[in-house]
Amino acid sequence: MKKKFNNLPDINGHFDQYGGMFVSETLIYPLKELLKAYKKIAKSSNFKELLDSELSSYVGRPTPIYYAERISKELGKSHIYLKREDLNHTGAHKINNAMGQVLLAKQMGKTRIIAETGAGQHGVATATACAKYNLQCIVYMGEEDIQRQKINVYRMKLLGAEVVPVSSGSKTLKDALNEALRDWVSNVDNTHYVIGSVAGPHPYPMIVRDFQSVIGYESKKQMKTLYNKEADILVACVGGGSNAIGLFHPYLNDKVKIFGVEAGGYGLSTGMHAAPLNKGKPGVLHGNRTYIMEDKDGQIQTTHSISAGLDYPGVGPEHSWLKDNKRVKYVSVTDKEALKAFYYLTEKEGIIPALETAHALAYAFKIAKKEKNKNILINLSGRGDKDIDTIAKMSRMDL
Amino acid sequence: MNRIDNVFVKKERKLFIAYLVCGDPDLNTTFKLMNNLVKSGVDIIELGMPFTDPIADGPIIQKSVERALRKKTSIINVLDLVKKFRKSNKKTPVVLMGYLNPIENLGYEKFATLSEKSQVDGVLIVDSPPEESECLEYALSEKNIHSIYLASPTTDKKRLKEISRKSSGYLYYVSLKGITGSKINRVDDISKKIKSIRNMSNKNLPIAVGFGIKDSVTARKISRIADGIIIGSSIVELIEENLHNRDKMISKIKKFAANISNALVRK
Ligand SMILES: Cc1ncc(COP(=O)(O)O)c(C=O)c1O
Repeated sequence: MKKKFNNLPDINGHFDQYGGMFVSETLIYPLKELLKAYKKIAKSSNFKELLDSELSSYVGRPTPIYYAERISKELGKSHIYLKREDLNHTGAHKINNAMGQVLLAKQMGKTRIIAETGAGQHGVATATACAKYNLQCIVYMGEEDIQRQKINVYRMKLLGAEVVPVSSGSKTLKDALNEALRDWVSNVDNTHYVIGSVAGPHPYPMIVRDFQSVIGYESKKQMKTLYNKEADILVACVGGGSNAIGLFHPYLNDKVKIFGVEAGGYGLSTGMHAAPLNKGKPGVLHGNRTYIMEDKDGQIQTTHSISAGLDYPGVGPEHSWLKDNKRVKYVSVTDKEALKAFYYLTEKEGIIPALETAHALAYAFKIAKKEKNKNILINLSGRGDKDIDTIAKMSRMDL
Repeated sequence: MNRIDNVFVKKERKLFIAYLVCGDPDLNTTFKLMNNLVKSGVDIIELGMPFTDPIADGPIIQKSVERALRKKTSIINVLDLVKKFRKSNKKTPVVLMGYLNPIENLGYEKFATLSEKSQVDGVLIVDSPPEESECLEYALSEKNIHSIYLASPTTDKKRLKEISRKSSGYLYYVSLKGITGSKINRVDDISKKIKSIRNMSNKNLPIAVGFGIKDSVTARKISRIADGIIIGSSIVELIEENLHNRDKMISKIKKFAANISNALVRK
């Protein structure tokens, strides 16, 4: 029998050895409560209808798939398609999950929402949903990320969220997650924690994946109806891995090649990167067992990436499982390569991608140069407005 | 007999369990502090194994862990220190407390073997609840080392039963919904929960209460209802406040510990 790739996690939240619920005792109860509510509420047809209608009228789904003809021709003989998650309200895929979770929290009777954010896209998405559904919103963000994603910080504040700077550890996404978990332990009764990626303890990797899978389901349909084609190759960037799994999951049992692109930073050999699937090993971080970047003593290493949203030493447990089972190939591109792809798409197609997304583009462009007559579908996870500051600084341009 | 079981049986008053992070500000000072804590009446030492991402800890212990990590304190250093401590102290139980990843990195078998060699008595891994701990628990039990689990105000009855069945040495009751360094406000609630744990556990598992005990008055109150009280952040805070003067650090901590020790009620 052919192996199925889409029937995990098991009831304990495990993807074989990965995943699980590695949290302190106080959080077991809210996690189980969330799992129960998710099964009961989020799987009901009422909830699904409501979410679908919100996604269409408020978020702007379905997002289009765009055939990037100019770059396809210039790069070679393959065809590049872009799943335009950047066209979602707030500018990235993150809102698919934020809407789902905030709606669920509201129906669970929670009054206070917390979130962590790296690039700020998840923070903005969560703050947006909280404004709409009238819930208190607190977003934890590393001090370093606050510096490099200022525009998003201001957006969150405008939306009525409180942004709490995190100054511990590496002052990035990892530490924001720590702080959000600490908040949750202290406020479990009225608070729901909206995790922004397929990381964290069970049931988050499953819930976030399910809410993001709309990307893959739409893509399958649209490639048929819009272009009468099938994707041969899927490419997405992998930070925690939510936009990637969202595209990949509905395709896992199909005959497509799948690539997840991690942040290679200054290069894998320098140690200054955020590529746990390429260079890390299995360990336990933020409530689940997964590939992580650690030193010889098992301490979590600091990471480096030009993009705040990929600057994370762990990765969703399902990706670890897909790697070990060789269903998805995980590769990496450097800061420099990502930047080049950023400029290329901007100049040739008039689409400014997020720096996270630019990693997926850079690798997909490499494939396009080599392969012939392949339909390459890239998850264009977000738009680059938030990165304009960083880019301008790098090219010494005054804004 | 495991030292932990022994001290719970023999001690004539309720137990005083002290927590400190190993390697803060350095291994030598931790060693001195351990000995002085024992002299001031501490019955069990919980030695924190530093980890970069201590998600259950408040700012005081976070900073302590950061100081210990700046000195590159590893599990091996912690185990070596316990070995050194045992040369002069054969009686006081030592419990290693920390997070799972450094132990995964070392390997459960190796960790258990080295812990036995250092005469560690118990292990408490904050982010590894019983469901995820089977392999580690087995490796430790082979070496007669206790696995201590946490119970908290959010733990339901069914889990309480399971946790008290799986815990050995003692059960660590987390007094509040929060991180280390928070403050207890309602002793009554704790009392109720402890009664219900006692009713449901089928063996004479001691219950120690930790998180939020900062002074002798609260310590005394809690000691009326629990078999032991655990103090961490207040001791670690005294380390932080006296980093510039080690002698003063030790004398302040000695005084604080003696004061707590004297406040605890007899059995
Ligand atoms: C546009 C965009 N893409 C990708 C990511 C990375 O997250 P994930 O791997 O969960 O999709 C982020 C995170 O902030 C993002 O903003």
